Formats: sequence, structure tokens, C-alpha cells
Amino acid sequence: MAEFRLPANSRIRKDGKTFAAPAGAKQVRTFRIYRFDPESGENPRIDTYEVDVESCGPMVLDALIKIKNEIDPTLTFRRSCREGICGSCAMNIDGKNGLACVTACADVKGDVRIYPLPHMPVIKDLVPDLTNFYAQYASVKPWLQTRTPAPPDGERLQSKADQEKVDRPSACILCACCSTSCPSYWWNSDRYLGPAALLAAYRWIVDSRDEATGERLDELEDPFRLYRCHTIMNCAEACPKDLNPARAIGEIKRLLAQRQH
Amino acid sequence: MSLRSPLGRVLGLGSAKAGAGHWWAQRVTAVALVPLGLWFLISLLALPAIDEGTVRAWLASPASALFACLLVGVLGYHALLGVSVVVEDYVHAPGLRIASLLGLRFGFALAGAAALLAILKVALGH
Repeated sequence: MAEFRLPANSRIRKDGKTFAAPAGAKQVRTFRIYRFDPESGENPRIDTYEVDVESCGPMVLDALIKIKNEIDPTLTFRRSCREGICGSCAMNIDGKNGLACVTACADVKGDVRIYPLPHMPVIKDLVPDLTNFYAQYASVKPWLQTRTPAPPDGERLQSKADQEKVDRPSACILCACCSTSCPSYWWNSDRYLGPAALLAAYRWIVDSRDEATGERLDELEDPFRLYRCHTIMNCAEACPKDLNPARAIGEIKRLLAQRQH
Repeated sequence: MSLRSPLGRVLGLGSAKAGAGHWWAQRVTAVALVPLGLWFLISLLALPAIDEGTVRAWLASPASALFACLLVGVLGYHALLGVSVVVEDYVHAPGLRIASLLGLRFGFALAGAAALLAILKVALGH
């Protein structure tokens, strides 16, 4: 059956640690952060950090870096570009998937609750295992496939209108916020490709230079790979780049119907 | 623990090359249910009374019986498509999954046939 309850070894213990704010802190915010260390053999817990945000940058990632540097160096998370283009710091902040680097602490009311991306195996703390997610991306062959040889004296041409069709879908940064917000992906990620991989597939299906459109549609026409999407739309809500994977999936379904009728 | 590569696991048994037919059938039946459902509601509301004699007399007319048969068939098929998807979503144990899908089909066939038989009995006056 679908898992509606966390496995026994994933249930959160009640005895998380608390790190109080330093004396003389001016503006204290409380961060409640999911902690899990597989090597300890212990269940996950929620640690509470009181942070003086007066001496900290405005974003959730700034607070996480401050906590790691000044309060608790064992806190583990991914981050790289700190400007919303690498997708490394995707996590669940205040119940919503997003990038810590572009989510302002001020936009969160009350305690800032931070968890790893939902329903993924956790490697440590806020770091999920994205192996399956990346393999699903690779499975849609996210590269140009052609039979016509490339022109000897230049690039393959594309009209401005055709280029605009791939403009938005190719802005995906593969942060996995969308796929891990999708209930259908939670229950069936072993067979359902999920919004991110399907958006990537769509990006090549609508590319006017690509000559494998039919094969791409063949590979997607599957009750699980594609049709597990029930248009829940969490993906479009979660995307930090304001993309719309749900619409791309709808378009793929429309193209599959179009070639039959 | 499987030593199969992550890509190998994702590719699995390959694409079923099916699903578009299911998607299309779900939409065709949904569209058909709009006029059929409206007809059913309006017809019942227009009856002077909802007692057995009045409803029987209404259902005995050829047009009513025809549309009632269509409504049962289309509604049953649409519902079967939808409930099957729910089972595929949530029931993962292979034995239980097949048993549920079989049970659903048999249950819907039985209920649908019984409803059609009841309409025909009234319409044909037996």
C-alpha cells in the first residue's frame, strides 16, 4: 500500500536539542530544523536554534549558514550559488518546498520550520537522496536527437517563435521542489517520472530542431510514467522559477491524443 | 539491496505504449455524462410525484428507457476507469492489486447488468 505513516525508524523523536540565543541578541527568530544522522542509529529529531537575525542576512540560507558557522557545525545541508540558479538548497520551509537562498525569513510567520524535501530517502539532516530523481531525468534523454546532419557551416536554425516555446521549460534548474511536492510522486516515484522529468521531456518534444518527437512520445505513453499525473498542480505552486510543469504534462497528453485522432 | 543501476531501475520494463486510450475514454464519457446527467435530473424533477407507479410509467417510455440504459453504461464505465486509477495509485502489493482490479471489474459488470436488466423489465413490461 501507499505509505501514509512514516516507517518506524523515521518517526521523529521528541527530545530535540535547544540552542538558546546568545546574551545581548537583538532580534531573535526560532528555527526548528529536522536532524537525522544515519550513522548514529537514532531516529530523527527536531533541533531548535534561536538565532539573532539582526546580525544575519535576510534569507533562510543565510540563517542556516550562520547556524552552521556559529552555533552547530554538525548541521548538514546542500548549498552553492545562493542566488536561485543551482537548485542545491531545495528544502521544505514552513511547509512549502522552495530554495532556502531565495526564501526570506521575514516571509515566514512564527517559528521557521525546515525539513528535507518530502518523501525522499534522507542521507543526512536536510540532504535528500536524489539518485532516482536524476536517473528519471536521464531516462527522458534530455539532449537534441536528430537524423538530419548538422549544417557544415553553422548551427541548426530555429525561428524566434519556436525558440520561445523552449525558453521557459529550459529554465528548469532540477531542484526537485516540484516532484517532491507531488502526492502522485510520493506514492509512485518508482514508476511515475514526476513533473521535473516530464517538463524536461516536454522541453525536447516542443523543440523544433529535435527529430525524435515520436519516439519521445512513445516512451512517455505509459499509465505510470506519464498518466499518474492527476493535475494536482502542487508542482506549479512549488516551482521557485515560476515554471508550470502541470501545463507541460497536459500538453504531452494532448499531443498523445492528437496523434490518435 | 539491488545492484541494478538507477537508470536501469527507472527504465524498468519499458513504456507500456498505452494510456492515451484510457485518458480519451475518460474524457469522452465525462462529456457524455453532462447531457445524460442533466436529462436524468430534469426528468425526475419534472415528474408529478416520485412514487413507484409514476416512475415506472415514465421509465416505460422508449426514449426514457434508452437514455436510462445509456446513463447506466456510461456512468458505470466512467466510474470504473476512475476507481481503477485510485487502486493503481495506492495498492502496491501485486496480489492485492490484481485482486482489487478484478473485483472492481466484476462488481461493476454485475451492478451494471443488474441495472440494465431492471430498466428493460420495466420498459418491456414484465
